[in-house]
Amino acid sequence: MTLSDGYPTETIIGLEVHVQLKTQTKLFCGCSTRFGAPPNTQVCPVCLGLPGALPVMNEHAIDLAIRAGLAIDCSIPPMTKWDRKQYFYPDLPKGYQISQFDLPICADGFLEIPNESAPETPRRIGIIRAHLEEDAGKSMHDEAAGRHDSRIDLNRCGTPLLEIVSHPDLRSAKEAKDYLNELKLRMTHLGVSDCEMQEGSLRVDANVNLHIDVNGNKVATPIAEIKNMNSFRAVENAIEHEIDRQYDAWEETGKTIKDEAKTTRGWDDTKGKTFLQREKEESADYRYFPDPDLLPVRIPKERVDQARANLGELPAELCQRLQKQYGIKLYDANVIVNQGRALVEYFETAATRSGDGKRTSSWIQQDVMRNLNEKQLGIEDFRISADQLGDLLQRVRQGDFDNTRARDVFSHMLETGQSAEEAIKSLGIEAVDSSDIELLCRELLDANPQVIEDVKNGKQQAVGALIGQAKKKNANANPKQVRETLLKLIQQC
Amino acid sequence: MLDSAQEILKLQSQGEATAVEITTSAIERIEATQQSVNAFTHINRELAISSAEKVDEKRRLGEPLGALAGVPVAVKDVLCTQDMPTTCSSNMLRNFQPPYDASVVEKLRKADAIIIGKTNMDEFAMGASTETSAFGITRNPWDLTRTPGGSSGGATACVAAGTVPLSLGTDTGGSIRQPAGFCGVTGLKPTYGRVSRYGLVAFASSLDQVGPIGWSVEDIALLLQCISGYEPRDSTSLKHDVPDYRAALESSDLRGLKIGILREALDVDGVDDAVREGVMNSAKVFEQAGAEIIEISLPHSKYWVPTYYVIAPSEASSNLSRYDGAHYGHRASDLQPEKAESLGPLVATYCQSRAEGFGAEVKRRIMVGTYALSEGYADQYYTQALKARRLIKGDYDVAFSQVDLLLGPVSPTPAFPIGEKIDDPLQMYLCDLFTVGANLAGIPAISLPAGTDHQGLPLAIQLQAPALEETRLLFAGAAYQAATDFHKLRPDTFES
Repeated sequence: MTLSDGYPTETIIGLEVHVQLKTQTKLFCGCSTRFGAPPNTQVCPVCLGLPGALPVMNEHAIDLAIRAGLAIDCSIPPMTKWDRKQYFYPDLPKGYQISQFDLPICADGFLEIPNESAPETPRRIGIIRAHLEEDAGKSMHDEAAGRHDSRIDLNRCGTPLLEIVSHPDLRSAKEAKDYLNELKLRMTHLGVSDCEMQEGSLRVDANVNLHIDVNGNKVATPIAEIKNMNSFRAVENAIEHEIDRQYDAWEETGKTIKDEAKTTRGWDDTKGKTFLQREKEESADYRYFPDPDLLPVRIPKERVDQARANLGELPAELCQRLQKQYGIKLYDANVIVNQGRALVEYFETAATRSGDGKRTSSWIQQDVMRNLNEKQLGIEDFRISADQLGDLLQRVRQGDFDNTRARDVFSHMLETGQSAEEAIKSLGIEAVDSSDIELLCRELLDANPQVIEDVKNGKQQAVGALIGQAKKKNANANPKQVRETLLKLIQQC
Repeated sequence: MLDSAQEILKLQSQGEATAVEITTSAIERIEATQQSVNAFTHINRELAISSAEKVDEKRRLGEPLGALAGVPVAVKDVLCTQDMPTTCSSNMLRNFQPPYDASVVEKLRKADAIIIGKTNMDEFAMGASTETSAFGITRNPWDLTRTPGGSSGGATACVAAGTVPLSLGTDTGGSIRQPAGFCGVTGLKPTYGRVSRYGLVAFASSLDQVGPIGWSVEDIALLLQCISGYEPRDSTSLKHDVPDYRAALESSDLRGLKIGILREALDVDGVDDAVREGVMNSAKVFEQAGAEIIEISLPHSKYWVPTYYVIAPSEASSNLSRYDGAHYGHRASDLQPEKAESLGPLVATYCQSRAEGFGAEVKRRIMVGTYALSEGYADQYYTQALKARRLIKGDYDVAFSQVDLLLGPVSPTPAFPIGEKIDDPLQMYLCDLFTVGANLAGIPAISLPAGTDHQGLPLAIQLQAPALEETRLLFAGAAYQAATDFHKLRPDTFES
């Protein structure tokens, strides 16, 4: 990219993403990983790091990590191991974090993101590695009213995280956001993680610097690692801001990567600025060494093959299939897939039953999702089953009644929990025989000869008034059918 | 009576003594010797008596009794007990009481043993003399001017002093075998993984192992049986079945058994003549019992101590990071203002809490270990030590393809005077010359009493066996004790 008033600049971004794996229990003990429990209620001697307590690995976390790794095209080496990363902090009760140093569980993958300059060939972002580690606790510093209380909640301590480290292949804030969206889509789709930034089940650190082309000489600005971003939007904004800041700082000081070590910067969302957190990345020496309390983990090829076989369709493949199989647009397929696997299943069941993919897709995106959002529900808890929705829409497709009438049925089903058939019955909706419709139309035309004249003079919309009257006389009369019948009868006049 | 678990079991089953009587006499004996020997960091008369009462009650009601019913057992203060403090003989954990029992303590309770108290040790099991304890020095019942060895000095001295027939020690580099040797009792370090480490406060996780201490092989077999076995809470515990160890004691016919005598151990400088003689005499005993004795070499044995003193402190430096004063244990109460100013309150609290809570030897090892794991040094020290460890294991594999057991000394000298080595860490570390090999290789080893020297101090021999061959150690050990009376020698201070 080129800044409007400066030298041509290339932005270099690498992301470190922590996703919390969706296990019931922690990585090395049986404590629950549920979010939001009262402080220090989900702890035991192991995650508290009490003397004598020992970690025992959670196999499910290994399965999820393999699944995640395969989803981002990583290889899963036959052996991985646990290492201790050592530092002192009050939310780290053992004084070390159990992590993976030189033999991560996933290595050397990639993720594809849209390519604006060449839409046919997506951009491939390299992934260096993904490794498992236990989360630390949470420190809450209460400095209000002159107090300097620090409170520690160790509920989160020992929760399994997968740290996914990208190559510095991203070139803009937008690409960073695309990468995160794609990553989140895959992780949520495969049930690996909830990826809720607000709840901390997805955390992003961004390493950013600029390559400035000064008359053919490449100048690199010092690298900054940006932390504390709590939404994808914030990641995008923080990187945008950092690009400008680094350019300005370089113009002002002339400092390059050779003059200044990596710094850590926080993101202030309200001010829209990054701020210096740590002056110089003290070359932290974590003194990694293999954790003697845990055995190396052997992952036989069969286990990886099995995981691969159980992986199912990745989101992009799924979108393509939905498009083809149900005749919906890519945009619509994306919206449905983005809602997660359960909604995809709901859609497929309903669309098959209704025989009308497009209609089903639009009903789900509008009526169903609106309702879910209002009630803060997941599709699993939705009162109308996919089959029932399919039934309803199948009737619309057949022309039994129109969308408006169908919405009444939908609301009734939602209120009462009745099936489509029951709801139709209790609303007194029945298909009206075409001879009855014809009779009704004749009566209306006889009473309103002016309409016949108007239509014959080219004012087709004149029948509209009669359609309204027909509905009043018989609520079940299908407006489309009434209209067609009226026009047919007028022709015959 | 208090020097034989077998006898205590027999007396109870014959109705000649109750668990309460036995426990009471054990407590009285502890109280009588505590001032001179100082083997215990904690005793709990009420708890012990009330668990003895339960055993007596069970017996009266004819309910099934555990294998150690009514037997007083002392537990090294590095094993977690939820009803007694667990201090590791450190000021850092002076007031620490864990909310759970160590796996081996649970097993003792299940076996109806009477857990009578916690025994003194070198601070965090770092030492070979029990002089680094924050709760005072433990003295050797054979000669109160000498150390009982360490780090399980309290655990062996309490047996030698006749307070209890059995105790649990831990062995990271010889901490059961060397003090057992110094105190004239029998001690066994099991195969790494044979006994669960859950609830054993870690010193060096890849080396630590809990083991039994008693007068006779017969008694320690009983305790080993009780504590062995796979346990899912310890990932390094082995899934192999536990054999019936008593079965190993039935024969003392060693014909067909090949015992290798360690050439290096006898050639090395600094080995006391009496120690060397003890080993040679024992070889004759084994020979007479039918065993074949051949000389064997472990070529990398000269690297045992240096390898050990890189790996053990490295792991210790990490394991002891948790004692930072933030969550439990000692926390500095009055920060030095200038430190608080320059380091900030958090780091100052860490530094001062650890400076106050740990003793000199612990600090020394934390520093050595931190250095050995540091960037730029790890390759030369820690990683290099891991390579050496593989070679050391390889030596044993070769040796055990030729012989069934290895015979050698436990320690270069008998018990040394209190104060002799405490200011000379290197001399102290050399106490581990013959014991750390078994820890580095993860194999089992036993220390057996082998008479006394001219000063009346106990001598000892060590047998080492391939992994999971505790049975072989017990078999040969029992045969040795059938042919000798060394395990029946008692210090002058002993009262039966």
